[in-house]
Amino acid sequence: MPRVVLEFEKPIFDLEQKIEEMRSLSDNLDIGDELVTLEKKVQQLRESIYANLTRWQKVQLARHPERPYTLDYIQMMLTDFIELHGDRTFGDDRAIVGGFGKLDGEPVMVIGHQKGRDTKSNLFRNFGMPQPEGYRKALRLMKLAVKFNRPIITLVDTPGAYPGIGAEERGQAEAIARNLFEMSRLPVPIIVVIIGEGASGGALGIGVGDRILMLENTWYSVIAPESCSSILWRSWEFKEQAAEALRLTAPDLLEQKIIDRIVPEPLGGAHRNPTEIGVTLQKILIEELAALQKIKPDRLVDKRLAKFSAMGVWSE
Amino acid sequence: MSWFKRSKHNIAPDNQKKDTPEGLWSKCDSCQEIITKAALEQNLWVCPKCGFHFRISSKEYFDILFDAGTCREFDKKITSKDPLGFVDTKRYRDRIKDSIKKTGLHDAIRCGTGKMNGHAVVIACMDFTFIGGSMGAVVGEKISRAAERAYKTKKPLVIISSSGGARMMEAAYSLMQMAKTSAHLARLAEAKIPYISIMTDPTTGGVTASFAMLGDVNIGEPGALIGFAGPRVIKQTIGKNLPDGFQKAEFVQEKGFLDLVVPRKEMKDTVSKLIGMMSA
Repeated sequence: MPRVVLEFEKPIFDLEQKIEEMRSLSDNLDIGDELVTLEKKVQQLRESIYANLTRWQKVQLARHPERPYTLDYIQMMLTDFIELHGDRTFGDDRAIVGGFGKLDGEPVMVIGHQKGRDTKSNLFRNFGMPQPEGYRKALRLMKLAVKFNRPIITLVDTPGAYPGIGAEERGQAEAIARNLFEMSRLPVPIIVVIIGEGASGGALGIGVGDRILMLENTWYSVIAPESCSSILWRSWEFKEQAAEALRLTAPDLLEQKIIDRIVPEPLGGAHRNPTEIGVTLQKILIEELAALQKIKPDRLVDKRLAKFSAMGVWSE
Repeated sequence: MSWFKRSKHNIAPDNQKKDTPEGLWSKCDSCQEIITKAALEQNLWVCPKCGFHFRISSKEYFDILFDAGTCREFDKKITSKDPLGFVDTKRYRDRIKDSIKKTGLHDAIRCGTGKMNGHAVVIACMDFTFIGGSMGAVVGEKISRAAERAYKTKKPLVIISSSGGARMMEAAYSLMQMAKTSAHLARLAEAKIPYISIMTDPTTGGVTASFAMLGDVNIGEPGALIGFAGPRVIKQTIGKNLPDGFQKAEFVQEKGFLDLVVPRKEMKDTVSKLIGMMSA
């Protein structure tokens, strides 16, 4: 059972707890039938609650502190992973990790945002909020992948690029812009997966690719609902409305033709069964990569430009 | 360099009226000097006393850069369709309608081709008065088409930015315009066609973090606020006051992200000289 229970999940966990209590007593009592009924009830409850989440509830699931992060996925999906550090200019940003590893025996470059699990590791990872050197490290590693003709997989999970004095001084905007510019032309397949939070330019800074995937309970938008609320409603209290207005869930983005595919999560979220989501994503990545590798590099780059060119709705 | 002394630099909507001076007289935001509108216009909306650069619209910038009578605008009618039916304290649809009425533009950008000191160029200029110069699908599409026109006709591209960033009311669509515009500029760069980026007050957020920072030459107007995160957000995050001059064009140049800080009066000559040296 997860240690952190979200408000809307409470009825499920109350019932699960009751079942467990009854089980521990059931040695002496004959309550088998009742247990079966309760198990059925809790399953129905799970299905109805998780099938009807509001957008704000999905944002909360995307931020669940027990969700698998980039290094967890790397461990589950790759073999022989070797992490590579530093941007060769300023330093090593721990909010972005990357390196070579093997997916189904084939070498790939994997790069992703990395959050921490507790206060100490969150400080170490800066809560998954990169500095400019993080984006520059990512670009250095992507160019390394191009040099040796290896495909690139990026895993996106950030509350945003860090808004600090140092980040501005070292060109946060330029670092992100440069990545968008370069990633749009890299002649190797790029697959982007939103595994948690996809907040704005900080997410997109490693998010330009040929296939964009979103895990089922994640969000991706131009701004976090709280910040949107504070700017447009001039109060932090309208985050639920902001989340609805932003239409930021995986099904929303699929409908908007911004992403290509939704990766199904275990009932209740990726953290309820990390092994399962690891296997699912690995299988999908292998399949997606095989399809992309059939496309010639020039055509891949042309298609990538066409893909992003088509994004947006207007009249004239 | 008295424009450093400007005490206030809000990007709040209440102050937007100051963008284009109206009436016969104007007061300089920086030194409080009272100037006639005619004198100000003569001086390209730069305070004759202290050098403060007033915010101006795309129409004025086009007049400054293009040789007289050579500009032909294109893609004038592209309009946002409010794809998400976005509503906050006001309907986005109404914000668009009101802004169209107020500015006579269909979105926060104007594009045109013409001559600049004899050089054939494509110019796109943003308008801060249209929903804070924010970038939604229309701005993204028009920048992309301007880049495509530059690419196809082999003409140098100049973009003048003035923006609070990506437009929230188009959510993920707005975010993707950053990738879309950057991808078009990358193709333009491969074709070795010059792109000059001019950043005016203010240039922040998703616009800075995409096309504005990608110029072969990046130019800032004196005193312009140029950054990724807005000063308010940074202040809230770090819980400290920001150093004087932080995120001003001169600061951004000192940090290595602007090639030049060019006063408006010298802009046309500087940009055309650069283009002359970079293109055939």
